[in-house]
Amino acid sequence: MDYEVKLDIFEGPLDLLLYLIKKNELDIYDIPIALVTRQYLEYIELLKSLNLDLAGEYLVLAATLIHIKSKMLLPEPAETGEEEEDPRRELVQQLLEYQAFKNASQSLQSRHLLERDVFPRGGMTVVEGAPPAEPAWIEVSLYELVDAFRQVLAKLSPPERMEIDIDRTSLADRMHEILERLHGERSLTFAELLGERRERRLVVVNFLALLELVRQRLIRIFQAGPFGVIRIFLAVDDEHE
Amino acid sequence: MNETKAIIEALIFASETPLAEEKIAAILKEQGIERQDVRACIEELAATYRERQGGFILQEVAGGYQFRTRPELALWIGKLKTTRPAALTAAAMETLAIVAYRQPVVKAEVDRLRGVDTGRPLRTLLERKLVRILGRKDVPGKPMIYGTTKKFLEVFGLKDLSELPTLGELKDLMA
Repeated sequence: MDYEVKLDIFEGPLDLLLYLIKKNELDIYDIPIALVTRQYLEYIELLKSLNLDLAGEYLVLAATLIHIKSKMLLPEPAETGEEEEDPRRELVQQLLEYQAFKNASQSLQSRHLLERDVFPRGGMTVVEGAPPAEPAWIEVSLYELVDAFRQVLAKLSPPERMEIDIDRTSLADRMHEILERLHGERSLTFAELLGERRERRLVVVNFLALLELVRQRLIRIFQAGPFGVIRIFLAVDDEHE
Repeated sequence: MNETKAIIEALIFASETPLAEEKIAAILKEQGIERQDVRACIEELAATYRERQGGFILQEVAGGYQFRTRPELALWIGKLKTTRPAALTAAAMETLAIVAYRQPVVKAEVDRLRGVDTGRPLRTLLERKLVRILGRKDVPGKPMIYGTTKKFLEVFGLKDLSELPTLGELKDLMA
């Protein structure tokens, strides 16, 4: 495929690793390294197959995980009385440190933010038009989006015989189509938008179009609680930067 | 309401940014009004607005005082269709948190803590004037040193940096 999508909504390899640890309800002080490494690599593969521009740091962490895994497979030297250091120690330390700042950023977000929760006198330009409807949903994380995408892919029938005469729809076309449908129907579920396409290539292009629309802040994606239905809305009221 | 309180109220009302107590005190000094009286008047004013339960309160923020709407009313203001700054991405928020807690800090340290390059989020934060360049570190390469701005305090409703919530104990983080 001849397109590449550059996204800066990825929060980095540590964030992906933390996500996997939480999703599997693992103990951060005793990470089953084989399981986590496998899932991490699966994720990287999927992201790569989407032609997403993956930061090199993701691969560095992948290498670190494999290195730790190989170290843990080695038998411990029995003769020395000294305790051999857990090969996971450094990574755990890094994860904890990262988590501390992630929490701090969330607690900053939960404060009464200027021009979100509290407003000073003036400073707001009132625009003509109907007020936006406020959906009572939580904004979805990228990883949940990728997970949902994986589920759609899994439901597709196995690849049929290769057809060379491929549909020439461009990413831009798909983006327009999605926006048009949203104008008509106000909101769509993730499955509605992707699942109806039975062709793998179209599902992938649709997903990329979705990511690009989010990046350009033309749409907003919400989820009804953790692991709930994912719904896509137009972001008409937020497009102003 | 006594005259001093009225003057202070007017000064804060007319000021576009949070108005510092020193500035108010400097203006009122000609009237022979003492610094501690200024402070007492501001406190009385703030209490008045709090008890009134009206549309706005007097808040101490970024080293000064400013009238702000009550957070409980945010939903109503949202119904006014206005142009608002877009929310920061999670990457930008994490970067901001690291700069806030670790300042003065170089980019390499922020990169290390996030495990990924922070060039773009850092640029966004500089553009939004939440972060600024404090100078250059005197080590090879002379990397730039970053810190938060006064606008950061204003946006996040902090009196000063010491009001930042403490970083949680590392061991409690996985709860």
